[in-house]
Amino acid sequence: MSNIDKATVAKIARLARIKIEDDKLEPLAGELNNILGWVEQLDEVNTDDIQPMSSVVNAKLRWRQDEVSDGDKQESVLKNAPNAEYGFFAVPKVIE
Amino acid sequence: MTDLTKLTIAEARDLLKKGDITSRELTEVHIASVDAADALNAYIAKTPELALEQADKADAKIKAGEQKGMTGIPVGIKDLFATKGVHTQACSHILDGFKPEYESTVTQNLWDDGAVMLGKLNMDEFAMGSSNETSFYGPVKNPWRRGDTDTVPGGSSGGSVSSVAGFAAMGATASDTGGSIRQPASFTGTFGFKPTYGRCSRYGMVAFASSLDQAGTITRTVRDGAIMMESISGFDVKDSTSVDMPVPNFEAALTGDIRGKKIGIPQEYHLAGMPAEIEALWQQGIEWMKAAGAEIVDINLPHTKYALPTYYIVAPAEASSNLARYDGVRYGLRDVPQNGGLVDMYEATRAAGFGDEVKRRIMIGTYVLSAGYYDAYYLKAQKVRQLIADDFKRAFEKVDAILTPTAPSAAFAFGEKSDDPIAMYLNDVFTVPASLAGLPGSSVPVGLDANGLPLGLQILGKPWDEETVFKVSGVMEEAANFTAKPAEWWR
Repeated sequence: MSNIDKATVAKIARLARIKIEDDKLEPLAGELNNILGWVEQLDEVNTDDIQPMSSVVNAKLRWRQDEVSDGDKQESVLKNAPNAEYGFFAVPKVIE
Repeated sequence: MTDLTKLTIAEARDLLKKGDITSRELTEVHIASVDAADALNAYIAKTPELALEQADKADAKIKAGEQKGMTGIPVGIKDLFATKGVHTQACSHILDGFKPEYESTVTQNLWDDGAVMLGKLNMDEFAMGSSNETSFYGPVKNPWRRGDTDTVPGGSSGGSVSSVAGFAAMGATASDTGGSIRQPASFTGTFGFKPTYGRCSRYGMVAFASSLDQAGTITRTVRDGAIMMESISGFDVKDSTSVDMPVPNFEAALTGDIRGKKIGIPQEYHLAGMPAEIEALWQQGIEWMKAAGAEIVDINLPHTKYALPTYYIVAPAEASSNLARYDGVRYGLRDVPQNGGLVDMYEATRAAGFGDEVKRRIMIGTYVLSAGYYDAYYLKAQKVRQLIADDFKRAFEKVDAILTPTAPSAAFAFGEKSDDPIAMYLNDVFTVPASLAGLPGSSVPVGLDANGLPLGLQILGKPWDEETVFKVSGVMEEAANFTAKPAEWWR
């Protein structure tokens, strides 16, 4: 089923927002194919009529009042930012 | 004077109570022991000033008659627990310089009980690894050696087990996603405990795979594990998957009485090619259980062989989503290529900040969640995961606990498995199924292999029945009488 080529690795890398140098695409394709080939043994398992697991503990999500319980921490939130200006996270220019 | 670093938590607690020692004395000795263990590379940040401050507070608490199990006890904290103002990077380059403005609930629980933090412990980057070789801060060494050859401590909680086995902490926090507590415990002759998913809050734990991640402990004895687990457990409104149930007195479960308990032996765990001494030790464990009055029951967990491939779809998928947050905007590393825009910054930051194994898993996860592949991989894996959980459910209708080896080998040498991802993944073959099903489990040290390296046996229990896991672990510990200690070459 899986046959990941260089172009597919480049596409996944783009989706994952990880820059991969051209000479690394081929070896990575090999590694990913190995791993995916190995996980494909799951195809042997009959899963007709099986519901996919959504939670390991059968606990219902709790209800709570929709009210503010925390906040007003601009300084804390920005404390670890590589670049913060005027109370905002600063990033390279997006619009030309 | 006895060496205070050799005390168990339970012994120290009693001496503190009697006033024979102070937490300050205990802490000072441990700070020195942490420094003396630099060769293990278990600690990646030390907090001696904070430790002494906490120790003095603990001594005041004890004087005031407010002592709890962990009051005044010096511990190490795995680097993936957020500790306010202190190094918290899950041993990744991408979180360079990150000092959280908040505290994880697990560590807050410890500090509320008066515990003392010696520092932050090394681990595989984002807990992705089984040998602690993927840390940005370099590998951790196992206190136990194979002759003159250094061995890995296992992973991902390598710093946690190494510090505890090396007497540089009385206990340590750890986390389990697919075996990251039990496998390294087995490699280092320590006791590792992973509770039921939802028993501990995940608030402030750096997320890897959220449906699997669960906090736990590394200690030198079962009793110490019970004391420390009780401290870190409990419901927390800040984690929607934490479950609102009372925390039992785990130590009280250590009655030593397992008469009439049914212990299941899963036939699928007899792996072809597993070292004979591990099979023999497992058999020995079965005999010990029988001698203690338990009934041995053969059980089947038919989907066991599919647990690892299931895990290696589910965990990378969740990781690719969780690790999307590391983009160079809000914290940690930022790498902007010259004249680069926003997307260039994301791509360069993530390329520079993540190690090879983390990148590999993000790529796998991105692929299996991408359009056209979601059903074939992710949905399929979640269905098989349900079958694996159903296997356990059926087995636990017949038995109270399950006994297996913890890992298919003893500790191995550096580089021995790091070139082959799948060979590395196979380390977790016995621990991953219970992680997928969210079950509580432990690894108890029971013996040494022919090379003098420790081996552990795994005990699994029903959801929310940590007490039986502790009870059976306690009986196993007493029967095994594992008293071997590593030669202290690192001092």
